[in-house]
Amino acid sequence: MVASRETYGTEFETQDLLLNVGPQHPSTHGVFRMVLQVDGEVVKDVIPHIGYLHRGAEKLCETMDFRQGIGFMDRTEYLAAFNAELSYVMAVEALADIEVPERAQWIRMILCELNRLSSHFMFMGAFGIDVGVFATPFIYAWKEREQILDLFEEVAGDRMMYAYFRPGGLAWDVPHNFKARVREVLKSTRIGINDFDGLLTKDEIFRTRTQGVGVISAEEAIEWGMSGPSIRASGVPMDVRKDEPYLFYDQIDFNVASRTEGDVYARYSCRMEEMWESVRIIEQCLEKMPDYGPIMPEKMPRMLRTPPGEVYIRTEAPRGEYGIYMVSQGGNRPYRLKVRSACLSNLQALKDMSVNQYVADAIIVLGSIDIVLSEVDR
Amino acid sequence: MNGIARSMLTTLSTFMRKPVTRDYPVVHKELPKTDRAFPLLLWDHEIDEPFCTGCHACERACPVECMTVLMKDNPNHKSLGGDSSRRKIIDKFWIDYGRCMRCNICVEVCNFEAIAMNNTWTGHETSVYDRRDLTMDLQQLLSQSRAGKINEWVPVIGQANEDPAAVKAE
Repeated sequence: MVASRETYGTEFETQDLLLNVGPQHPSTHGVFRMVLQVDGEVVKDVIPHIGYLHRGAEKLCETMDFRQGIGFMDRTEYLAAFNAELSYVMAVEALADIEVPERAQWIRMILCELNRLSSHFMFMGAFGIDVGVFATPFIYAWKEREQILDLFEEVAGDRMMYAYFRPGGLAWDVPHNFKARVREVLKSTRIGINDFDGLLTKDEIFRTRTQGVGVISAEEAIEWGMSGPSIRASGVPMDVRKDEPYLFYDQIDFNVASRTEGDVYARYSCRMEEMWESVRIIEQCLEKMPDYGPIMPEKMPRMLRTPPGEVYIRTEAPRGEYGIYMVSQGGNRPYRLKVRSACLSNLQALKDMSVNQYVADAIIVLGSIDIVLSEVDR
Repeated sequence: MNGIARSMLTTLSTFMRKPVTRDYPVVHKELPKTDRAFPLLLWDHEIDEPFCTGCHACERACPVECMTVLMKDNPNHKSLGGDSSRRKIIDKFWIDYGRCMRCNICVEVCNFEAIAMNNTWTGHETSVYDRRDLTMDLQQLLSQSRAGKINEWVPVIGQANEDPAAVKAE
């Protein structure tokens, strides 16, 4: 409605504006487009458009045998590829009824937790930029993440796309100085987390910018199917590692970080606490992990075939529950593969979180659910 | 104000630490032997021919179909008066580095240990102006191993580290 002299009376009759954000917007963490309906500076509606990064990884995996699929699982969640691989190989192991040697499981646990650390560092850096603390935390995060990626390169050979977990165990053994290297990395990581604590957590400007923004209640979060730190910040202490322990998480003493506020700051501080917990988990793993031992069952077939069946395996990835639903009709490839990615479910709550907030806050709400678009679109 | 002061202090304290960056194009980081860049073919220095017999195993196992392999009869075979035991040998081999996703599967399925992932810096610095230049032919794939400039490492899948104490006891 265009304002005319007749309507220009006692109050302004303004028209809502549709504001396009993305898909190439720097703060959307990938190619994500959202159309904001704004009234002045206030967001009234959010229309998300996903699918710019859709590569059909699930469908591709149906044409590939179980080993070939691992590489594609890496690419569904590139910031925490070990966690994505883990779900996939665990699903194959459950279908084919393979028992994984103890040492391989400990190594998997350590690598997954390190990957959680590196992913959360990435979050801290990118979130800092979203909030407006320009490059300092990002470069700090990059520095710490680099140490972890260097370790991954020594172990798995690649810095992001590892293809290191195999159905049955690990592709090859870790280097002889693995434990010493992990301890070395943890030492620098502890300093790094402390730096972030000092830089952001107590900062008054950061707190006023993030506290009370993008609040979502526990009921709403559950209804949207959120998971991971995003739901734990709303007061639902849901953690697959605790609720349905896989690997050896039942032998490890750790706390589930949770907050009750449900705002952006809670999601941030939840991740901060989780990083300390990860460090604790890795330390305990290092003590319990045997130095030598098999990493694969003795008799693994050259080409793995599974009996018919279906299985759903879920693990706790840095962004939440990463599940693999796999149907096999016998043979060497899955009949159907479905990835339940945490980011897609978390993203659905974006509208609830950012309506009646300012435009600038909608950006940090999006940042606070730590979105990886390759996981949303797959 | 305490929080802001603490942030400033954190930034100040990092001035005291050593720099973690490298002068990259000048200083290259030492790569671990496990490092994976792109696949290369290996050269058999004893008989002076490639290890690869063109058996298509890697081509079939490649998830992204980036390889093309053609084989031929080996003119250097024993029956023809040569000194090689390979009846067939690689004729033409192309790998499209633009498609390769460096998953290491070709190395694992190879029966002759004829292919390995490049773990030197040449594998990481492969920028070209035209993406067609990323398709490597047999000569390009072999040249690095032929010159002995590869830190050869072919992993055995599922093999665990040997316990030095147990080896000594035996």
